[in-house]
Amino acid sequence: MSDTHRYDAIVIGGGHNGLVNGAYLTKAGMKTLILEQRHLVGGAAITEELHPGFSFTTFSYALSLIRPEVIRELDLVKHGFNPIYMPTSFAPMENGDYLLLGPDRDENIREIMRHSPRDADAMDRYDHDIGRILQLMYPLFDRVPPDIFGKTAEDAEDVAWLLGHLGSAEPKVVHDAVRLITGSIADFLDDYFESEILKGYLAASSTTGTKVGPMSAGSGLVSLMMAMGEHDGHLGSWSFHKGGNGGFTQLLGRAAEGLGAEIRLESHVDHVVTKDGRAVGVVLQDGTEFHADVVVSALDPRQTFTKLVDPRELPNDLVESIDRFQFNGTSAKVNFALDGVPRYPALGDRTDQYRGFVSVAPSIEYLERAYDAAKYGWYSERPYLDMCLQSFLDPDMAPPGKHVMSCFVQYAPYHLKGSDWDTERNNLGDTVQATIESFFPGFGDLVLHREVVTPLDIERVVGLSEGNIYAGDFLLPQMYFFRPAPGWSQYRTPINGYYQCGSGTHPGGCVMGAPARLASQQILKDRANKV
Amino acid sequence: MVKTTPFHPRLADLNTTQLWTHWAGHLSATQYDIAAKHEYFGVRNAVGFFDASPLFKFEITGRDAEEFLSGVLARDIRTCRPGRAQYTIWCDDAGYVLEDGVIFRHSANEFLLTAAEPNLSFLQNQIGSMQVSIEDVSDQFAMLAVQGPRSRAVIAELAPEVNELGYFGHTQAKIANSEVTVSRTGFTGDLGFEVRIPSDDALAVLDAVMDAGEPHRMRPFGDQALNLLRIEAGLPLIGVEFTSSRYSYNEHERFTPDELGFGWLLKGIDDDTRPFVGRRAILAERATGSSRWATVGLAVDGHAFEALFYDAGLVPPKDEPPAAWETMLYDDHGERAGYATSYAYSPMMQTQVGLARVRPELAEVGTNIHVEQTVNHVYTTVPATVTKMPFFTPERKTSMT
Ligand SMILES: Cc1cc2nc3c(=O)[nH]c(=O)nc-3n(C[C@H](O)[C@H](O)[C@H](O)COP(=O)(O)OP(=O)(O)OC[C@H]3O[C@@H](n4cnc5c(N)ncnc54)[C@H](O)[C@@H]3O)c2cc1C
Repeated sequence: MSDTHRYDAIVIGGGHNGLVNGAYLTKAGMKTLILEQRHLVGGAAITEELHPGFSFTTFSYALSLIRPEVIRELDLVKHGFNPIYMPTSFAPMENGDYLLLGPDRDENIREIMRHSPRDADAMDRYDHDIGRILQLMYPLFDRVPPDIFGKTAEDAEDVAWLLGHLGSAEPKVVHDAVRLITGSIADFLDDYFESEILKGYLAASSTTGTKVGPMSAGSGLVSLMMAMGEHDGHLGSWSFHKGGNGGFTQLLGRAAEGLGAEIRLESHVDHVVTKDGRAVGVVLQDGTEFHADVVVSALDPRQTFTKLVDPRELPNDLVESIDRFQFNGTSAKVNFALDGVPRYPALGDRTDQYRGFVSVAPSIEYLERAYDAAKYGWYSERPYLDMCLQSFLDPDMAPPGKHVMSCFVQYAPYHLKGSDWDTERNNLGDTVQATIESFFPGFGDLVLHREVVTPLDIERVVGLSEGNIYAGDFLLPQMYFFRPAPGWSQYRTPINGYYQCGSGTHPGGCVMGAPARLASQQILKDRANKV
Repeated sequence: MVKTTPFHPRLADLNTTQLWTHWAGHLSATQYDIAAKHEYFGVRNAVGFFDASPLFKFEITGRDAEEFLSGVLARDIRTCRPGRAQYTIWCDDAGYVLEDGVIFRHSANEFLLTAAEPNLSFLQNQIGSMQVSIEDVSDQFAMLAVQGPRSRAVIAELAPEVNELGYFGHTQAKIANSEVTVSRTGFTGDLGFEVRIPSDDALAVLDAVMDAGEPHRMRPFGDQALNLLRIEAGLPLIGVEFTSSRYSYNEHERFTPDELGFGWLLKGIDDDTRPFVGRRAILAERATGSSRWATVGLAVDGHAFEALFYDAGLVPPKDEPPAAWETMLYDDHGERAGYATSYAYSPMMQTQVGLARVRPELAEVGTNIHVEQTVNHVYTTVPATVTKMPFFTPERKTSMT
């Protein structure tokens, strides 16, 4: 074995979590190799020129949950971290009216009053109550989950901390949190609002990436996750990065390399090599071997526990848990290259509504009906769309006067009944385009190029099982100390030296880097204890 | 997009500075004139007008309207006869202040509440089984405040009824063929009136008022002038003096009526026939003396203030706009006494004055307080004393002539 193939740590997968994890390990002095199967790093967070002159955020497009600690500790600003603030949210309605919200609270109140005077003061109450829930959740978010099944003094301390934290909160806040986490966003919103468009707009994020409808229990949990981020100091706000999320992961790669990490592209890991219950290295598909005492999987739990290692080396309970772990990808993307800016009839020639996201979710019922299809194995006839004219804010993403529009689509279930995604890909594109056309007449005439990304494409290209964007659904039995499996939420695995750091671990998916950061802390702690 | 008020077409012409601020989602003039002080003096020595249209307005009617309001509002609405208005507050069940506003009583069971913040669902959620209907009529009316010693002369020219109007009285009147409500209210601490006008008639009424004001050198005043006027009047502003308890994150952000100096609104609180939200907690606060703060007026020792700057080789800065932040206060021992929520140089008092919260034992008029002040980029303090509020309260404010 040559010395060049010997490392202190090997990270499998060059998605953002792999890069973050590798960067932290390198920063702590470990000689680290990051192995990525594709020709570029970033995984689900990449930007590609799929049409000459037009940069597409093929999959992931918006940034919010990235932990501020990651930005600071890895010195990302030095490497070009450049968030772009998006001040507005625009929600078109089926009757041609709209809801346009911005950063000015008073203006928002007046805009809401157009739809319901009663909802004017409800918005402050809702925001405040959500704020209180977030206050309660943040300390859980940015810490390794306690091992409630653990037997050590440290585990007991962690559990005591958790109980103490929850116990110190006001009863109403704890109750609100439980209602939101276990209930449906539709019920929660009904406590505050009557306006359909406002409820639709607020409920939309509750369905992102997970196979739930706004009326399903569990949709509150997803909306809470979506509210946990911040952008440029603004809590709960979503924006995007210069050059899209690919712009972000490229600089993350540079930052990792700047610290001294080695990134090897086009290196598909076949499996992890173990010896006497210990990880000792990895083998690539082409047979190349690399050795290290620490091997970290940045892939999803199915890959980590059933593909990269032999499940027979693992406890039965864990294998069963991973078997039951729900992926159920239900999201798709349609990315457009456009000849100009789409118009919204009620706004005439105004285009300021494109300074932020455009949310096609005119009511809870619209969302729930969109979800109905998914229940029965089909994609929505009138899908929920989260759109963004990225080149409107970042002119480098398209030629002058032209635009790219990222369009996130739900619902498009991975498992189709009676057909398959290779057959339906173009039909999905047509369905999405027709939906946009119905709100923005003339949209179709602007389309120069269209790229449809189905859940199957997500799985094939990125490796996310069943195309689940979070590497596993956001459902209560798959969160916190259950993510990805009871007893294995602290980034370790039953195989010594083999760790997990991907979105399938706490706190979960999205471009946030939190799992990777917490995992690196565990790895370094174990290493320190060994010495 | 920011909205404009019904008066805007006229105000846009009058605003020679083109400086606007945003107030409750509307364009609101910061100042019309090259000097906001000029507008301020216009009000104090003659008459000025202010566009108060962005205020929220709620119509509360129905058989049980009085009973409803007497349970929601902390001030006893039963003592407010038709044709009168009350400054009022409402609290949560823990006895913390939610918001304030002015309530107008038109008849036995017709009321109109004006407030700085939206409140419709809050109010509706308190109705229970009572027969009350509440409607947000904010956009249906424009509000024009005409304030200053000559305001009565201006308004009486158009609506002689106002000659008979007592402080906080209101009356229906016809101005420029429009049915308006004129009340003897305002936010300047001076003689003054407010005219509530159906939005469609706003410009016609404004034109008539401006014509009537012309011989009196009436001029518009903006936000900056109003802020100075209301500080001199000792009037608290939501968002500055306090925030709603409903949106507070901890007990440092919440205040009881007594802590905010609203104790005088609670006359009759001992009367068991009127349970209102927060009453029990307020009674308990009074019984145990658990108030953490007292709200007082603060007047700086002008000589000491000047000396501080002259001795440092500087000219005392006397006409700066009100401080936009909390100003820290200390007692004679250098211990923290509290903080001023509004602090400004008062042209009428010719010294710095402040609305302040101090430890209750320091609330007595005449108590020494030391106000934090930077001189040559170093923190020091300037001596002040606790004084009665309002700082400026001319007899004309409430008198009938
Ligand atoms: C369509 C879509 C839209 C989304 N939108 C958003 C959004 O707007 N905002 C947001 O925050 N999140 C969004 N997400 C979720 C977010 O992008 C993902 O949760 C996150 O990027 C996952 O990062 P990761 O590093 O954990 O995993 P991945 O990004 O999946 O990284 C895994 C990496 O491992 C590589 N790999 C896989 N197998 C192997 C192997 N055997 N050997 C070597 N390398 C391998 C893959 O190529 C990939 O680079 C979206 C996801 C999708 C799919």
